Amino acid sequence: MTLDALNYWVSFILMMIGFFGIVSSGNLLKKLICLTIFQVSALLFYISVGYVKGAAAPIIKDVIIDYVNPLPHVLMLTAIVVGVASMAVGLAITVRIKEEYGTIEEDEIAELDFKKHKRESKKK
Amino acid sequence: MIFANLPVLLVIIPLIAAAICTVLPWKHSPWALATFATFASFLCICKIVVQIYAGSTIIYPMGGWLAPYGIEYRIDKLSAIFLLLISGVASFAIVYGMPATQKEVAENKQKFFYAIYLLCFSGLLGVLATNDIFNIYVFLEISSIATYALVAMGKDRRALVASFEYLILGTIGATFFLIAIGLVYSMTGSLNISDIAIKIRPVVNTIPIKMACAFFTVGLALKIGIFPLHLWLTNSYTNAPTFVSSFLSGTTTKVGVYILIRITYGVFGHDFSYIDLPLGQILILLGSVGILVASTAAILQNNVKRMLAYSSVAQIGYIILGIGMANVPGASGAIIQAIFHGVSKAAMFMAAGAIMLSVKGVRLEHFEGIGRRMPLTITAFIISGLSLVGIPGTAGFIAKWYLLQAAIASGMWTVFAVIIISSLLTLTYVWKIIEVAFFEHMDAGRGSVNEAPLIMLIPMLGLSFITIIFGVWPVYMTGYVSQIVTALFGG
Repeated sequence: MTLDALNYWVSFILMMIGFFGIVSSGNLLKKLICLTIFQVSALLFYISVGYVKGAAAPIIKDVIIDYVNPLPHVLMLTAIVVGVASMAVGLAITVRIKEEYGTIEEDEIAELDFKKHKRESKKK
Repeated sequence: MIFANLPVLLVIIPLIAAAICTVLPWKHSPWALATFATFASFLCICKIVVQIYAGSTIIYPMGGWLAPYGIEYRIDKLSAIFLLLISGVASFAIVYGMPATQKEVAENKQKFFYAIYLLCFSGLLGVLATNDIFNIYVFLEISSIATYALVAMGKDRRALVASFEYLILGTIGATFFLIAIGLVYSMTGSLNISDIAIKIRPVVNTIPIKMACAFFTVGLALKIGIFPLHLWLTNSYTNAPTFVSSFLSGTTTKVGVYILIRITYGVFGHDFSYIDLPLGQILILLGSVGILVASTAAILQNNVKRMLAYSSVAQIGYIILGIGMANVPGASGAIIQAIFHGVSKAAMFMAAGAIMLSVKGVRLEHFEGIGRRMPLTITAFIISGLSLVGIPGTAGFIAKWYLLQAAIASGMWTVFAVIIISSLLTLTYVWKIIEVAFFEHMDAGRGSVNEAPLIMLIPMLGLSFITIIFGVWPVYMTGYVSQIVTALFGG
């Protein structure tokens, strides 16, 4: 019984792993990796929704009656594109942060900002 | 022929213009094209709004494929008023943005800057025009991804960190939204919003639908910047380029509000979301706490842009409060508040940006004596500020009036008190700027500080006068909004 819903369990466990990673890791690159895991869990979820047990791939043939639902799978192609696009922007921003700050560790960035802020207010 | 295709043209024009923008060689041509595309969309929307005001809903089947199998664009009264807000604010902001962008964004990046702005704009319009729930997700992500890039173009390096935070939180929100769509699809087998609204009735009390409602709300709360998920909002509005913060403050969060209203009222039904599920109590609690905390935080800020960003969080609290009370005056108040917070906050960011460009700073001490040197800019700022406070005669008052009525109608006296107290808090931080601008003297060593150029003045004064016009003659607006709300509740 539980095994029937295995896909859903796995997708939500993956999701939580990704979510935990985003919150706990201080390295921006690791954050992005976890963000990808988080997004990919949604893909697994959709594909499981579209699956019909014992049904064939959705290519029309005379002998087959049951087909799996192709719509969620097609939707996921779009979701993959969205994921790739946000990943590209995220990596680009990480590169720029590395150029400007010289580090991609969150606490070091915060420290650098804090120091700069202090120097500015001292000047006044 | 062309009029039949208006609902799709308003999304397509900026999308195509964005692609052309990246290859334009001459100096001001990307800006000219972006302005042209924005105004073209705005005119399309005006034409549509005239039709809708007469009483019809516009339905446009994409590629001739009929719903529920094909993707359908559907513009009704609710989406029309938000379309008008987004394209109106964008038209004012793009005109205003030229001198500011000239100074803040490197010359060789400007064409890409305008291209990304157009992508963001077309994504926002797409969310409002479409009637397909997965399309909403895609358009929302088009606009969000463009927004991350726009915020990252800020001059200060902190803009990069703000943009990264926004990217992480925005993507989490979008993924929650995606999972909610999946849950709804698995229970109803449809992606068309009107179709889902019918098919969801027999299954509404099942666990997946309840979960979907929760995922939708959390995902959208991240996108709207509801307290306590507002951190990205304050950081990115503070560090983004001037044009971007005035454009974003008036548009992105309002689109999130639109989706929240559309889904919780239109799809799940207000009695399910707000009475069967405790969504109403949660939103009212978060809204009230958010208003008080963010208003207090705004008072404590020394950086005017950050003050305005916190004030945005507080004002979003009012919208959430109105939605959460789930009665007729509450929803009307929320819609009016969403529209006029967009208008007046855009004007305030524009005025702050104009002052920042001429005195080279946005801290409170930079505003000393500004009232004499830049009287028109500060006028726009103050009028919009008074609308935020809710002074009678401005549109903000109408929204607050409805919200107070809603609080009385549902007997929530704490909420009533919160609205009154927070108006005083809002007055405090607006007054802080008035005091500095008029009662302090500018350092003689500051050099010459002159009034902002006309191209910046007209948009901000225009936007602030809109709040007065609708504050003094609110009849058309309230009549229109009451039709929307009756449709939402009448079902």
